[in-house]
Amino acid sequence: MDETVAEYIRRTVLKIPRDEIKTMLQKWGFLSEAQLQTLNFRQIKDNISQEVVQLCEENSADIKQAAVLDIIYNHIYHNKRMWSVYQMKKSGEELEYFDITDFKKKFKGRLRSALKNVTITFKEYEDNAIWIRVAWGTPYKKPNQYKPSYVVYHSQTPYVFISSSVLKSNLPLLCQALIVASNYHDIREMELRSHSLNSLKDIVFKRYSQNFQTYSPKPLQGGNSEPESADIRIVQENRSEKERIHRLNEEVFGGGPQPKLEFAQYKLETMFKSDPKMGVLDKKEPFRCLVKFSSPHLLESLKSLAPAGMADAPLSPLLTCIPHKARNYFKIREKKGLFPESFVSP
Amino acid sequence: HLATSLPLPSERDHLRPRIDLIVFMIDIKSKYSLKNVEASLAHVDASFFLGKVCFLVTGVGRVNACSIETNAVCKLGEAYCSPVLFCELELEGIRVVTAQRLLRMLQICAGHIPGVSALSFVSLMRNSDDD
Repeated sequence: MDETVAEYIRRTVLKIPRDEIKTMLQKWGFLSEAQLQTLNFRQIKDNISQEVVQLCEENSADIKQAAVLDIIYNHIYHNKRMWSVYQMKKSGEELEYFDITDFKKKFKGRLRSALKNVTITFKEYEDNAIWIRVAWGTPYKKPNQYKPSYVVYHSQTPYVFISSSVLKSNLPLLCQALIVASNYHDIREMELRSHSLNSLKDIVFKRYSQNFQTYSPKPLQGGNSEPESADIRIVQENRSEKERIHRLNEEVFGGGPQPKLEFAQYKLETMFKSDPKMGVLDKKEPFRCLVKFSSPHLLESLKSLAPAGMADAPLSPLLTCIPHKARNYFKIREKKGLFPESFVSP
Repeated sequence: HLATSLPLPSERDHLRPRIDLIVFMIDIKSKYSLKNVEASLAHVDASFFLGKVCFLVTGVGRVNACSIETNAVCKLGEAYCSPVLFCELELEGIRVVTAQRLLRMLQICAGHIPGVSALSFVSLMRNSDDD
């Protein structure tokens, strides 16, 4: 077994939390159940990984199998990577059957014709997700296994989720290979990024609980929209206001859990509006400014702003449109025309 | 009765009993909280400031998150001749003790303690520096 492969497997196993190593090796399926029985999972990880490498040596593992283990790790720990969403466009309305073998062949062919030194690995999952791992090399160097790109493609949709390696120059090649393999003619990056791959999927596949603007009759005064305090001696003076806020919040955000995003970024290219007497920025140039909201769970925190009394309800549509517009990066320019308000560019 | 700001909504006027004590809660982590209290003070009848108003500053346990200076709050207390209490709601012990203090003040303001009235609080407010 190649030394580099051994080292790669060792380092991959070291990344896995000790309690998860056995399950992950089982999912991998490269080592037999008998071999797994011989492993002592109670020792320190260093030793566990050495033993795993020895077993892989017995089975003559090569980089292909090691890459599959890496995909499995990243599939479970996808939250450790930053994912961007790309949308592909078809030229015509031809409905073609998706053939996975054809896809793989075309993808590999396209990449290899441009770059000889690449490691390409595929793994399919039950939810129609195809995971692709690409390790990049140069014409003179073998692929760098420690900085691969990952692609998640749901074949029934035009969406691709890419977590690119730091070797960014390979991104156009990757995109090209994707459209060729999937019979689309164009691909563009959406302004949507997050660590939570599932939340990105929820947003573009519209799987989160959306609110539809249907008319719903006002709840009766006694309707328990909020859990009442246990003690009936406590009287809430502003109950009707609280209920109004709660109702507006439900209308905007829906009742269910929100997709998990970590930030929203607004790039402002608007004119600075100040007291004319102050004379700040006499030049009529747009004031460039970047506003970034970050949070462990941005949408949930936006949803709790009004009930917590920290913002007025309804919230600004610039914040609430994030899941509907499927974007968390915005450019705001001056609206030319009647209203001096800014408007969101596509 | 809990309210987010004053004045109280008029639709419940007929349901409200006599108000004996108003506690203004200021979250030391929120400048907005202080502004809100300052705006609400304008809606309080002057007679309440004879011992029936008290300021409760919460969140003092988290020193790093203070947005308001305690100086500012103390000045507010002096301006309105009302006591300022500090507490940390996240600690159960302090929560209980503060509740007991407020309850005691409420008993006095409601006239349940013979011999002591809300006016006593006002005289206790005088700073030793003043004399």
